[in-house]
Amino acid sequence: MRSNGMCLFGAFRPHPLKSDHLRDTHPGHRQPLGKGTSMTSPARPPTRRTAALLTGIIALVLATTGCGGGTGAGSATGKVTSITVLDYYTDEPEHTQWGEMLTACGKTAGVRVEQTSVPGASLIPKVLQQASSRTLPDLLMLDNADLQQIAQTGALTPLDQYGIDSGGFAKGILSAGTYEGKVYGLAPYVSTVALFYNKDMLAEAGVAVPRNWEELKAAAARLTRPGRYGMAVDANATFEGAWQFLPFLWSNGGDEKKLDTPKAAQALQLWVDLVKSGSMSKSVLNWTQADVHDQFAAGRTAMMVNGPWRIPALDKDKNLHWGVAPIPVPRTGQTPVTPLGGEVWTVPQNPSKARQKKAAQVLACLNNSSNMLTLAKQHFTVPSRTEVAAQYAEQTPSMSAFVKSVKAARARTSELGVRWPKAATGIYTAIQSALTGEQSPQEALRRAQRIVARD
Amino acid sequence: MTDPARARFRERLAQWMFIVPAATYLLLFFGYPIVKNIVMSLQQYTTTTFYTGAAPFVGLENYSKILASDLFPRALLTTVLFTAGSICGQFVLGLAFALFFQRRFPLGGVLRSLLLLPWLLPLVVSGTTWRWMLDPDTGVVNAALRGLRLSSSGVPWLTGTSQALVSVILVNIWVGIPFNTAILYGGLQDIPTHLYEAAKLDGAGPLASFRHVTWPLLRPVVSVVLVLGAIYTVKVLDIILVVTGGGPAGATQTIATQAYELSFRQSEFGRGAAMSNVLVVVSLAFAIVYLRANRRARNL
Repeated sequence: MRSNGMCLFGAFRPHPLKSDHLRDTHPGHRQPLGKGTSMTSPARPPTRRTAALLTGIIALVLATTGCGGGTGAGSATGKVTSITVLDYYTDEPEHTQWGEMLTACGKTAGVRVEQTSVPGASLIPKVLQQASSRTLPDLLMLDNADLQQIAQTGALTPLDQYGIDSGGFAKGILSAGTYEGKVYGLAPYVSTVALFYNKDMLAEAGVAVPRNWEELKAAAARLTRPGRYGMAVDANATFEGAWQFLPFLWSNGGDEKKLDTPKAAQALQLWVDLVKSGSMSKSVLNWTQADVHDQFAAGRTAMMVNGPWRIPALDKDKNLHWGVAPIPVPRTGQTPVTPLGGEVWTVPQNPSKARQKKAAQVLACLNNSSNMLTLAKQHFTVPSRTEVAAQYAEQTPSMSAFVKSVKAARARTSELGVRWPKAATGIYTAIQSALTGEQSPQEALRRAQRIVARD
Repeated sequence: MTDPARARFRERLAQWMFIVPAATYLLLFFGYPIVKNIVMSLQQYTTTTFYTGAAPFVGLENYSKILASDLFPRALLTTVLFTAGSICGQFVLGLAFALFFQRRFPLGGVLRSLLLLPWLLPLVVSGTTWRWMLDPDTGVVNAALRGLRLSSSGVPWLTGTSQALVSVILVNIWVGIPFNTAILYGGLQDIPTHLYEAAKLDGAGPLASFRHVTWPLLRPVVSVVLVLGAIYTVKVLDIILVVTGGGPAGATQTIATQAYELSFRQSEFGRGAAMSNVLVVVSLAFAIVYLRANRRARNL
């Protein structure tokens, strides 16, 4: 049933030093050890042959499962020449841009950086697997909502021991990077979701950018045509679906600690109404944020909820004239409360203090004011230090809407901490039940509350 | 030791030596994961366990929690419907194809090998393609239905709670046809042709010769195909994950996807292990039926 092999479950956990020693050996050197002992001459007595064969098999098994191996070079005692980095920036141009920044920061710390990127959904399983086999990377990126859960396992190190300065960071992101009073992760930039709209379609239909829920419903209905929907969100049965629903829940005064409230039901009712009226495709049940983006880019939806990290891709299409506005609030004049996005960088536990030190230097470099500004500009996000953010808003007025909304943004773990995944599961279960029409929003949220409350 | 005794000993040793590699392999790659999974299902195994290795023993709590959950009866029913639906479809169509290809006609061999194609494609590839084709708004299936005026609004293949289950069953039938055809075709080849000639002389039509010659002689193969099919289907994970992701609203959540969901999305590894052990027990029941059917087939 479980195909994760032995390493995952910690059957063979090499001594830290031994594993570092193995890192230096070329993988090819391990195999002859197994082969050599099993290829004994036929003249030997059978018992010795059995023993030799067994040794050979075991050696071969250990070599093939690769339990002892790690990535990256350099040993515990020698000079550190390179460090390993794990992130989920698989998309281009993000991957290359981050690769360049990491290389540049590595250079200042005097190390080569080996970057590995895995798809977002496989990052946590990968990290758990590496935590079990003691092969965590030297520098690890995590979504800010996952940090507290991973810090709870003990696999990360507090950043104060490396003398990293966490002053001047905006409160929201700092709280997401903190577990039990200690800072474990810092993010160079933060982001949040907003309403993207197709300028041409709005102009053609004579619709103004919606600011409140009533306007949103009316606009979405008027923008809907054969082959095109007015609005799109990600209502997927994943954490991503829960993340997209939060601005509607929070702006209406709803709370993830108590989901079975009228305020939460009103927010869910809005999504149900949009689907029922035909302004939003029922396929939102299956769409990821990337799918929502593709629908928008293909002109099959006039408005969507998405994040600024989509801007580089949207800008590529010269015929697509898009605009961005804050997420509509229940009544005009209210401030939208959106979830805080952004990835924090951490230094995992490692037997080699020298490697940790180098990783911490790179982490500090990524988070220094000038690099923060560069990264934020590259990714259309907002720098995490308040001062830098203000400077950024002056330099790039087009981003001032995001700078403002990020200020009011809330971290997903700010209230529930390590219990946030439970709330997220409850939220996306409720969204799915309500949008399919299986349950009314009230019933769906009552069930969600039971999921949040159970242990 | 006398010489004959030594010779006997060496022979015994040699026999054991032949068993050792297979036994080692089985113990390491089948025995160990199963034992580990059973132990895990009795522990509170969380994300923290991966780093610290500490997993408190909780007895049968994981089992009682998953069996008492309101999701379990539904997942069980979905698993039964999915398995029964898939097996029926695969078997009937597979048998029809096998009978069809038994006749000799030009290009018969080529077409028969083309039929194996769904089996050769990686499931993620075919699953994704089906997902596109079944898309309610832009999929080719609904476009065809609309074009033929069979449906005005299209069928919510992936977004309706009852239709989604039908969709994954249809995709799984498509995936399973080659297996059924190949095995049943092999079984048909083993039936001596003179029996058909004799039946013909007795005045039996195609229907009568199928009922009284083909079916009785194919029965052992049929039971093997059905039982193997059931074992393969009951644990299907990839097709469901790719086509519907278990949704919408958990409508296509089977015991297998539930186990995956618990372990890898909610990090409840203990409960996920318990759920997959339930699945192992179900498969084991089918495996016993298979072994008995197999023995009967050999005795014939």
